[in-house]
Amino acid sequence: MATLQLKQVVKEFGDTRVIQGVDLDIEDREFVVFVGPSGCGKSTLLRMIAGLESVSSGDILINDQRMNDVGPAERGLAMVFQSYALYPHMTVEDNMGFSLRLAGVPKAERSAKVREAASILQLEPLLDRKPKALSGGQRQRVAIGRAIVRNPSIFLFDEPLSNLDASLRVQMRIELARLHDELDATMIYVTHDQIEAMTMADKIVVLQGGVIEQVGSPMTLYHHPRNRFVAGFIGSPKMNFLDVEVAEAGARGVSVTLPGGATYEVPVEGSGQTRGTSLELGIRPEHLELDEQGPMEGEIQVLERLGGQTSLYVRMGEVPMTLMVDGDVTHRVHDRVRFGFAPERAHLFDRQGVALASLREHPLASLNRRDNKARADDE
Amino acid sequence: MTTPRYKRFLLAVLAWSIAFVIFFPILWMALTGFKTEAAAIADPSLFFSPTFESYVAVHARADYLKFALNSVVVAFGSTLFALLIAIPSAYSMAFLPTPRTKGTLLWMLSTKMLPPVGVLMPIYLLFRDAGLLDTRTGLVIVYTLMNLPIVVWMLYTFFKDLPRDILEAGRMDGASTFQEVRHLLLPLTLPGIASTGLLAVILSWNEAFWSLNLTSSDAAPLTAYIASFSSPEGLFWAKLSAASTMAIAPILVFGWLTQKQMVRGLTFGAVK
Repeated sequence: MATLQLKQVVKEFGDTRVIQGVDLDIEDREFVVFVGPSGCGKSTLLRMIAGLESVSSGDILINDQRMNDVGPAERGLAMVFQSYALYPHMTVEDNMGFSLRLAGVPKAERSAKVREAASILQLEPLLDRKPKALSGGQRQRVAIGRAIVRNPSIFLFDEPLSNLDASLRVQMRIELARLHDELDATMIYVTHDQIEAMTMADKIVVLQGGVIEQVGSPMTLYHHPRNRFVAGFIGSPKMNFLDVEVAEAGARGVSVTLPGGATYEVPVEGSGQTRGTSLELGIRPEHLELDEQGPMEGEIQVLERLGGQTSLYVRMGEVPMTLMVDGDVTHRVHDRVRFGFAPERAHLFDRQGVALASLREHPLASLNRRDNKARADDE
Repeated sequence: MTTPRYKRFLLAVLAWSIAFVIFFPILWMALTGFKTEAAAIADPSLFFSPTFESYVAVHARADYLKFALNSVVVAFGSTLFALLIAIPSAYSMAFLPTPRTKGTLLWMLSTKMLPPVGVLMPIYLLFRDAGLLDTRTGLVIVYTLMNLPIVVWMLYTFFKDLPRDILEAGRMDGASTFQEVRHLLLPLTLPGIASTGLLAVILSWNEAFWSLNLTSSDAAPLTAYIASFSSPEGLFWAKLSAASTMAIAPILVFGWLTQKQMVRGLTFGAVK
């Protein structure tokens, strides 16, 4: 049982404010991912929760208890570091049992607890080895095991998979999701990898420049980004942005004119928009479709075949556009293509980069990871 | 990438030659110790009939063991104290730096740039008033302070090389500062600490200026022992060599036994 609240949390290093008043509620057993570009303050925020960095102002509450002045070990947390931070001079067993040893737990009990954690992670055969004799993935599991042994109410992960190769990363991602179900603990996970964020999170917290840009389920962030930054950050390849002009704003949405002259009526809240206002339209590469009658036209500059899908980098007049289309398209570089999109797939942003609220919520926007699981269980 | 054989051969010859040049004075000293006084000042020659004459004479005049014991106590004692003071200092400088840390380190090192003779007078007077002249305690104090800047500086660089994450993981695991140092920092930087300690021992062992000026008989270490064979009655090369050989023998053996530690410590950062 653990909830975590951040209230107007600020961190200053000298004159620089790296965390600028963050408010956040994390519920019991939630898997929360902090994501953002490097230097956005996500690791600092995690370290503040861990107690490794002091809080300049604001409060950190765990189970409604103020934790600002409580030492890291007394907060009931465990942290997995990016570098694993295993104790190189100790065996795996001693690494995992170190916290218990410090707490004065008798040897037999210590060993039992370590073995229990080791069995969850299939680490038993490695208990007598030193970290040097382990592979990257094994070290990672030991670091997680060391956290499990402490039986924390909240797990903190600081980019734990970034030192692993791609296939191992996928494997560990699945393992972490399994652990989350098995351990029933709250988990906070920092990453810059949006695939990790999208696949593991119940709730994603997008940070930039020490400010929370948006908090929401992965599907909410994907389908209803609150601003241009989140829209560009979530999704790969990156969303396309076009300068457009308002043609008409009505109850059914806002009609905008694209650079090529085409008009689309995007179903978003249009009050306050007047004819001639310039806006920015965002459309994801995977939502652009090749269409011979499509209103947009451009020349293919680069073509990347991934097998199942093909990325087309197209120049539409002066504007570069990325399209994610079927893997079997036969186009070549310098071909001219026509394309378009379904209006409800588009997003509109005002000059401050704030998204105009969508009139139709995407049917999956409220879906979260647990819903996926519940369905699977029914079958 | 393999170096051609002739190149490797030339490099080996060069290395051995340099090593020999460096070692030659020590070898010559050891040889001279086994000559008669007459042979010692005669034309240099490797062919002579070895004799223990000088050793016997040296022994008759001074109690080698007393001096040697003083050297051991003072060198190891001062090293121990220097490490005791330097480990916490280096810890705080490496892991809890302030904007002034770099300056403090430079300032500490700058004290090594002052010729010791510049502070001889005040220290002599202080020691006289405190009753520390010709005591081992006095020498231990001076040597501790003399080596402290180097010891702190070396430990600081070793500690700095230790990934911070490991100590932070320890803190998350519930380690107090003391436990952090005891269970993580010290075992992990042991090679560095050992080589720092060895260097401090050797520096203290070889120190002559303070030992000659602050001791006379009771606390005199081997440096004073050697000095007593040089000037007063003219130069007796054979006896001086015999005394010197005995003076450096313990530290030479010590250095030989610990050379692995030394090299490992000094290259600690590079191989990790």
